[in-house]
Amino acid sequence: MLVLERRTERSMVAMVVSPLIAITLTLVTMAILFALLGKNPFSALAVYFLDPLLDSYGLQEIVVKATPLVLIAVGLSLCYLANVWNIGAEGQFLIGAVCGSWLAVTTHGTEAGAWVLPAMLVLGALGGALYAMIPALCRVRFGASEILTSLMLVYVADLLLDYLARGPWRDPKGYNFPTTAEFDAVATVPLLIEGSRVHIGALFALAAVAIVWLVLSRTIKGFEIRLVGAAPRAARFAGFDSSKMVIFTFAVSGALAGLAGIIEVAGPVGHLQPNFSPGYGFTAIIVAFLGRLNPIGILISGLFLALTFIGGEQAQISMKLPLDLTRVFQGLLLFYVLACDSLVLYRFKWSSRSASRAA
Amino acid sequence: MLLELIVVSVIAASTPLLLAAAGELVTERAGVLNLGVEGMMIMGAACGFAGAYFTDSTLLGALCGIAAGAALAAMFAALTLGLAVNQVATRLALTIIGIGISGLIGAGFVGERITPAPHLALPGLSALPFVGSVLFGQDAFVYCSVLLILAIRWFLYRTRPGLVLRAVGDNHASAHALGYPVLRIRLLAVLFGGGCAGLAGAYLSLAYTPFFTAGMTAGRGWIALALVVFASWRPLRLVAGAYLFGAVTILQLHAQGAGMGITPQLMAALPYLATILVLVAISGTRRMAGSTAPASLGVPFVPDR
Repeated sequence: MLVLERRTERSMVAMVVSPLIAITLTLVTMAILFALLGKNPFSALAVYFLDPLLDSYGLQEIVVKATPLVLIAVGLSLCYLANVWNIGAEGQFLIGAVCGSWLAVTTHGTEAGAWVLPAMLVLGALGGALYAMIPALCRVRFGASEILTSLMLVYVADLLLDYLARGPWRDPKGYNFPTTAEFDAVATVPLLIEGSRVHIGALFALAAVAIVWLVLSRTIKGFEIRLVGAAPRAARFAGFDSSKMVIFTFAVSGALAGLAGIIEVAGPVGHLQPNFSPGYGFTAIIVAFLGRLNPIGILISGLFLALTFIGGEQAQISMKLPLDLTRVFQGLLLFYVLACDSLVLYRFKWSSRSASRAA
Repeated sequence: MLLELIVVSVIAASTPLLLAAAGELVTERAGVLNLGVEGMMIMGAACGFAGAYFTDSTLLGALCGIAAGAALAAMFAALTLGLAVNQVATRLALTIIGIGISGLIGAGFVGERITPAPHLALPGLSALPFVGSVLFGQDAFVYCSVLLILAIRWFLYRTRPGLVLRAVGDNHASAHALGYPVLRIRLLAVLFGGGCAGLAGAYLSLAYTPFFTAGMTAGRGWIALALVVFASWRPLRLVAGAYLFGAVTILQLHAQGAGMGITPQLMAALPYLATILVLVAISGTRRMAGSTAPASLGVPFVPDR
């Protein structure tokens, strides 16, 4: 029978090939799904994955959507490397947006100067980090599973945002729509190139990728993160504190998610409203795994998943394909990525049943 | 009269939690942490509704729901048991797939209605005031959930296969050394958990509200997971936990309806906040008393290692 055998060394070929196999398998499954929905699989795949690459609007939109994904995913990769399971990045993203927006709403229509936006970004990052401290402290102090607590807090953050946008922060001149007023110019993230959609948030994402890459590959902290995740016992003997690691990784990932949240609201969206996020915090988890928890890989996979968001929107408009297909696609992709990961960790071997019994 | 109404609605709100948590309890007792309950539930809700819509039968609808939950669980098993992949990440993939596919299936049924699941009607008994509607006037899902708990309790503690299942969850290496098929037992436990989650979802779209809306599980799958921790992996405590959470949900709705002047969003956040509090309280006390969780929970099993 077919058995798994742990590889002693990580195969470089498998590391690179396995995401490609996963993407191929996903595309094949999607083609079958399209056919089942009565569409021509090839033209549907073209609308999804090629058309956005062919015009300038599509390309800009990819960068705009990849910005939050990469920012969040880079932070999450630190958590997952350290075996810390922050699943609630979506909540930290929303709270970051709320905290930063508070300043935009309070200074709205006043003479406040250029300091507003930098202060908003700081508040957003701080809010996200503090919100991430709840599951981190529950885990460290009480041993409560951070998976469940961080996830529950997503629902709570969603309701808080809903309350603020419908209640105290609603634009009085907004015809009863549940949204704040459009942010002032000083509270808006400036565009990178005038007349385009790309804003300076993209630079933040690139900086985050570079910093995390440096930390992971060149510093003792990076070594500590990977050691705590891969060999907790060895890390304890080395004197590394796993509780501090939980706090640290949650704080960093929460801050990056919060920063992504306020950039999204003060940039492409321009005001705070319920449901402004298409689930970036959850998609970022897929981005992190597809990018093999490596900053450069995350940059590439972030751009790829941004493509699926735009392709999904265009397919909905031009082919009347439901938006849920994008979810199915993203879920399938993660599913296959994880399956193919086994190629990296294990090697398949045929062995007779009696031999495996004897061993 | 109001009390009767409240008790009946608490039972209705607790049943899906109980069904989903019961399945997850068995799965976790076998040492597998299937966090995809939310995805399996919403699949059960969508497929259960579709089944009932086409066959016009609650029973067949429920079976469709169970099958859908088990199918998604089988995908989970293929990865986590077959390929020894990380169980946390896999469940996320399956939750997203479940939500997506259920949206695809459900899109055709938005606004459609079906005949809701029939309620038990015993001549004489069901007409009794209070006791009648609470004890003898429920739908089949409610009785099913209670029977399920009793059956699980009997199975885990009174039968030999139940003992083997717990052994696999507590120490898979020893169970393997004794010659028990660890992976096969875990596969069955995961499928059972998936079926239960699917049934819980089907309850939502067949009995709780007789229509399907996207995202109608609203985090119940996650709460079910927390309930298993709350119950210290014991079936009877699960009943207490599920009914407590059902009560919080319903009281929250009644408080909103009574116009108590509390913001509705805060009230709606209560079940989630309560879950966090319960997790913290239970985990905190457990830390002092020693863990009662299955010892091999969440650890992948690769033979001959």
